[in-house]
Amino acid sequence: MMSEPLLTIKNLHVGFDIYGGHLKVLDGVNFTAGKGEKVGLVGETGCGKTTTMKAVMRILPIPPARVRDGEIGYKGKDLLRVNLKRTRGVKGKGISMIFQDPTAALNPVFTVGRQLMDVVKYSTGDDRSGDKIRDRAISALKDVAMPDPERILSNYPIQLSGGMRQRICIAMALVTGSELLIADEPTTSLDVTIQDQVLRLLGNLVEEKGNSTVLITHSLGIVREWTDRVYVMYAGNMVEASPTKELFSKPLHPYTQGLMKAVPKLTGEGIAEGVTGRIPNYLTPPPGCRFHPRCPHVIPICEQERPPFFDVGDAHQVACYLYKE
Amino acid sequence: MAEKIVIVKDLKKHFLTSRGTVKAVDGISFSIKEAETLGLVGESGSGKSTVAYTVMGMYRPTAGQILFRGKDISKEARKRPKSLKKQIQIVFQDPGSSLNPRRSIKQILELPLKVHGLLTKKSGTQQVERLLEMVELPLDYMYKYTEAIGGGEKQMVAIARALATDPSFVVLDEPTSALDVSVQAKIIKLLLQLQRELHLTYLFITHDLSLMRNVATRVAIMYLGKICEVASAAEFFQNPVHPYTRMLLSSIPVVSEAEEALKPKKILSRGEIPSPVDIPPGCSFHMRCPEKRDNCSREDPEMVTVGEGHTVRCHLESQNADSHVRSIRIPTGGI
Repeated sequence: MMSEPLLTIKNLHVGFDIYGGHLKVLDGVNFTAGKGEKVGLVGETGCGKTTTMKAVMRILPIPPARVRDGEIGYKGKDLLRVNLKRTRGVKGKGISMIFQDPTAALNPVFTVGRQLMDVVKYSTGDDRSGDKIRDRAISALKDVAMPDPERILSNYPIQLSGGMRQRICIAMALVTGSELLIADEPTTSLDVTIQDQVLRLLGNLVEEKGNSTVLITHSLGIVREWTDRVYVMYAGNMVEASPTKELFSKPLHPYTQGLMKAVPKLTGEGIAEGVTGRIPNYLTPPPGCRFHPRCPHVIPICEQERPPFFDVGDAHQVACYLYKE
Repeated sequence: MAEKIVIVKDLKKHFLTSRGTVKAVDGISFSIKEAETLGLVGESGSGKSTVAYTVMGMYRPTAGQILFRGKDISKEARKRPKSLKKQIQIVFQDPGSSLNPRRSIKQILELPLKVHGLLTKKSGTQQVERLLEMVELPLDYMYKYTEAIGGGEKQMVAIARALATDPSFVVLDEPTSALDVSVQAKIIKLLLQLQRELHLTYLFITHDLSLMRNVATRVAIMYLGKICEVASAAEFFQNPVHPYTRMLLSSIPVVSEAEEALKPKKILSRGEIPSPVDIPPGCSFHMRCPEKRDNCSREDPEMVTVGEGHTVRCHLESQNADSHVRSIRIPTGGI
């Protein structure tokens, strides 16, 4: 089902030291993205989606963040143990990231061209003549369907709309020739019609170039329309992993089921209160399964032991004791 | 038939800026019947929040009229009588910034009661307790400050504050767009329950059409300061007419096959919403419209009725409507 893995995260524990204690955010995260695969990472605010991918990019603020355990395998290397100076190679040639807010991701005082050409220089690492770099930047802008790329190069980010800014960020991420693209809520700050355009464009580009993509989102709808496989995350744990189609026809984890119920639907059947209660405090997270205080099907073992992933067939895995065997 | 408690006629709100006049709201008309929810949907910059703020009296309308229970309220809030202000309340998008972090929840909920002279010294605590019960928050929350509670709970407090003066009409300006879906579900359930119990009328503003489907009785779509389509919620999603509405619907990411079937297939989103300083001539949507005709870039279309309570502002429909009328007239003439 899944192609050869490109990124493998094993048992990742990341916490944050704060005044008054240690926030245990990621609690043994396991995650794999295959070559050429579009993987979704879906969960609500504060569940650790971004923290996980920031750990991959090595851009967690350390301190206060602290990686307590785990490994991140990428092309035979453990990204957590490579020399930070050498991660320049990882960032520049291997993995790039698109952030949620393109306005904050672009520097307001430099032109788009300057910033884009810097990325080209940085990622290719050679000092080719200015013209070649400029050509490369222009073709990158053409790739993201930017009208009049020559003019855009001399524009400042403030002169462009939100959708165009995000397309610049996509161009920057792809111009490096990265094999793995991490898109962190790339369309959350955009309107629905622009979101549709940006996601279609991004989908076409990664398919054309054969990139692996991790799409972080809180929207189940986007996951369904855009990804091949999905991880559902809750309070620092992966609770369900499945091919996208399978997940939407047969959500198994009580949290996934609750989330699906809570999404407002166009068919207008009303909104059900899918998940009651609120997300746990990371200072003192509940023992055992972190979802058990909100779970409608809780059984005694849930309060004691953290459930591992159980295989339920068709590459579908659930971290829930209800599906043991 | 329920009474129309809010009537907005040809409302305009223009802002003068250094770059020119921003026509945030440019001649819109709608009405809201008692105990119904009118959903006002639009993208950022469409002017939907300006409509809300103008109805609330936070802005003085440039032109047009707002009637509330027959009374003209097209003026700023400070010129409206207090007894009227009590009737109209608002819940803002971001409870983090609409609630004062330096006041306890008790103080926050007491303020509207004080302003309207409803607070009695003896039973002040009970009045606050009643409000907290209404929004299903624990009573000991009254001594907390907003930083100690979650985003969803803050919005519950904001709702309680809006309901403190016992209003009949509440403007909800994207009340759940800053919240997660599971929290959103809880708030929406509460809002609908309160509407039934207290016989409230809502003007619900959102950019989320799927949410609209589940809360609104009628839906109005706004684009660049104008309303382009109004219909009842069910009709709207089964029979969307305006090309912009269909573009919006086709752009929504959905979670099931049944929903997928409701999305218009052929129309793909393209182009961007133009700057409201520089609104295109004719129909403001013509630059993005896949069904553009010659006259679209010259003449602004009129609202035409295409079904019961279903109106559309599009040249395609006005032509259809004309030919429809003609096709009826001809046989009648023959007889």
